Amino acid sequence: MPTACLRRISRVEDNAALAEQFDDLAQQHEAASLGMWVFLVTEILFFGGLFAGYTVYRTSYPEAFREASHHLDVLLGSINTIVLITSSLTMALAVHSAMAGRRRALVVYLLLTLVLGAVFLGIKGTEYAHKYEQGLVPGTLFAYSGPHPGQVELFMLFYFVMTGLHALHLIVGLGMLGILAVLAWRGQFSADYYAPVETGGLYWHFIDIVWIFLLPLLYLIGLH
Amino acid sequence: MSPTIAIPRADYLNVSYGVKSWLFTTDHKRIALLYLTTITLLFFVGGAAAVLMRLELLTPPGDLVQSETYNKLFTIHGVIMIFFFLIPSIPAVLGNFLIPMMIGARDLAFPRLNLASWYLFTLGSVFAIVVTVMGGVDTGWTFYTPYSSTYTNSYVVPTIVGIFVAGFSSILTGLNFIVTIHSMRAPGLTWFRLPLFVWAHYATSVIIILGTPVIAITLSLVVLERLVGIGIFDPALGGDPILFQHLFWFYSHPAVYIMVLPAMGVVSELITAFARKRIFGYSFMAFSLIAIAVISFFVWAHHMFVSGMSVYASLIFSFLSMVVAIPSAVKVFNWTATLYKGSISYQSPMLYALGFIGLFTIGGLTGVFLASLGIDIHVTDTYFVIAHFHYIMVGGSVMGYLGGMHYWFPKITGRMYPEGWAKFSALIIFAGFNLTFFPQFLLGYLGMPRRYHFYPEEFQVLNVMSSAGASILGLGYVVPLIYLIWAMRYGAPAGPNPWGATGLEWQTASPPPTHNFEETPVVTQDAYAYGLPEEDLKGGR
Repeated sequence: MPTACLRRISRVEDNAALAEQFDDLAQQHEAASLGMWVFLVTEILFFGGLFAGYTVYRTSYPEAFREASHHLDVLLGSINTIVLITSSLTMALAVHSAMAGRRRALVVYLLLTLVLGAVFLGIKGTEYAHKYEQGLVPGTLFAYSGPHPGQVELFMLFYFVMTGLHALHLIVGLGMLGILAVLAWRGQFSADYYAPVETGGLYWHFIDIVWIFLLPLLYLIGLH
Repeated sequence: MSPTIAIPRADYLNVSYGVKSWLFTTDHKRIALLYLTTITLLFFVGGAAAVLMRLELLTPPGDLVQSETYNKLFTIHGVIMIFFFLIPSIPAVLGNFLIPMMIGARDLAFPRLNLASWYLFTLGSVFAIVVTVMGGVDTGWTFYTPYSSTYTNSYVVPTIVGIFVAGFSSILTGLNFIVTIHSMRAPGLTWFRLPLFVWAHYATSVIIILGTPVIAITLSLVVLERLVGIGIFDPALGGDPILFQHLFWFYSHPAVYIMVLPAMGVVSELITAFARKRIFGYSFMAFSLIAIAVISFFVWAHHMFVSGMSVYASLIFSFLSMVVAIPSAVKVFNWTATLYKGSISYQSPMLYALGFIGLFTIGGLTGVFLASLGIDIHVTDTYFVIAHFHYIMVGGSVMGYLGGMHYWFPKITGRMYPEGWAKFSALIIFAGFNLTFFPQFLLGYLGMPRRYHFYPEEFQVLNVMSSAGASILGLGYVVPLIYLIWAMRYGAPAGPNPWGATGLEWQTASPPPTHNFEETPVVTQDAYAYGLPEEDLKGGR
């Protein structure tokens, strides 16, 4: 496709970051940002189905849910909350550095965010291992002998599905941060062009906010 | 540039050749044609299942197929027609092709995402086809628990995986449309100058991005329940199967509007072009699309009046279901008012549009019957319901889709189709459709339940009428397939604007160049500026 190649070369001379369907970088930035917001709306509804199911069953079986919640580790959950909120701070600083065009700071903050996300996953994995040892994994491994076993299993199912889906989003987020860090290291971003960092930041904050809802609904309902 | 000098110009079809140039394209027009190929194939697969069902129902005893096979036939018919044909039909083909052109853009906002959507959709359809070949799934397209999660031995999991993957394709398309319509309109093209086709796709996209993720997570839970043996909808754990129905219909009722809103957009373009008039009540038409999209999320439980629900909830859902009829009626009245004193020409796209209005009205009014509790309880799970939603989905969406395919065929291919054949097929589709589905209203009212392959003797006459109608309808769908394929190669050259229509898509060549316009158009007037001197509408070169 010689014509297409020619066009692309001429665009490179124009501005490497500008995709050919857009008129200018401002339009491209607006589209990227809006696209991420619309995607996050979809994500909210994706988690929303689970939150709706959780609400229905917690209303039906309040006692069993409180009982089951005692089996979660509030300390590890709280540490993870702090880790994740801190990672949101470093992500915000990364976006700030990108806007200011500070390449080294951008790379450092992206990597810090990545490390904090990995720490969160590590702690989460430890919690899952504990649940496995205690026989609280729903299904054939379930070996809970207290009151309301069926309903406690239902709670644990919500616990694993909701935190599992959250962890899945986090893993995708780690991949995204890795790619952003490499691109940033290569100097792809500048004070004029930082839309990928900004939209990546939106996604990361979304993961954080989902956790802020998960923590009280899963860990803290047994406390009062 | 002088029009007398003929320069051989590259259009999007001949700019490059070879399989790779199609499979790796990011051109929204080529992706639209990829979708067209895929969904046409799936339409005939889903149609084949319907043919077998109508053959079986010719006679009262179950003689052609057994109960299990019949269950698989109506499931495959429903799954393929809804998830793999109707939902992508107008948005992914016509919307994909036309939205950037109608708003004066070079492409959608995210062209690579658009191509990825097609790959996801194709992957999903491969699952659907493989399941069909391997032996099918027998839960009905609704996958009601606990049958789907615990008892059936058919291929529920791969079917759901296919729907899940195709669902993401539709989410990404919706996202692409929303962002494109927001950020890429040509200079001067304000929101209230947009063609109603674009408004309709905006409303559809909003439903897609809000509804589809809910069914994705719900069906994932069913898969989890089947694979791990425990689940959120399992009564053995204290789970609630009715919750599945609520979550399922939270998407699947709005999905009806995903199917019909784009058709409404198409019809608004056709009625204005062939009545040579501005649309009556433009802003009411735009806002009624948005109103339908919003209200559609608050009516889902009218599918569940007999499932077990508080009577107060039933009353509220009954009321809201009737409310959604108001914006729908506004649209029908405004199309009719647009025709008033118009200079109407009955070309084939217009025949489809008029057919849409009539059939959609019948489907919509019987929907009001079904929204009222007393009647609904009497006819739940009968052929009355089947007839009602086929009037909306086939009489509405498919008529709109075919009308749009004919109207924009000259733009897509640069050639005209044989008008006589087109009129003939439009008429036999209308006749065949009514003969197929009107008797089903009577059957349902008399008490024939859906999803059975045998029935008492007294229902035979109406069933024979329905099957006879289906054969006419089937012929009506094959004829356009043949002459449209023929016309792609042998049709007369169309020129940029064969209908003398307004709209930016008619201002450029047919077929359009890869980037749609030689230079970005500037819009200075409202949509549907008919009634101006003809020269102003010729457009192109």
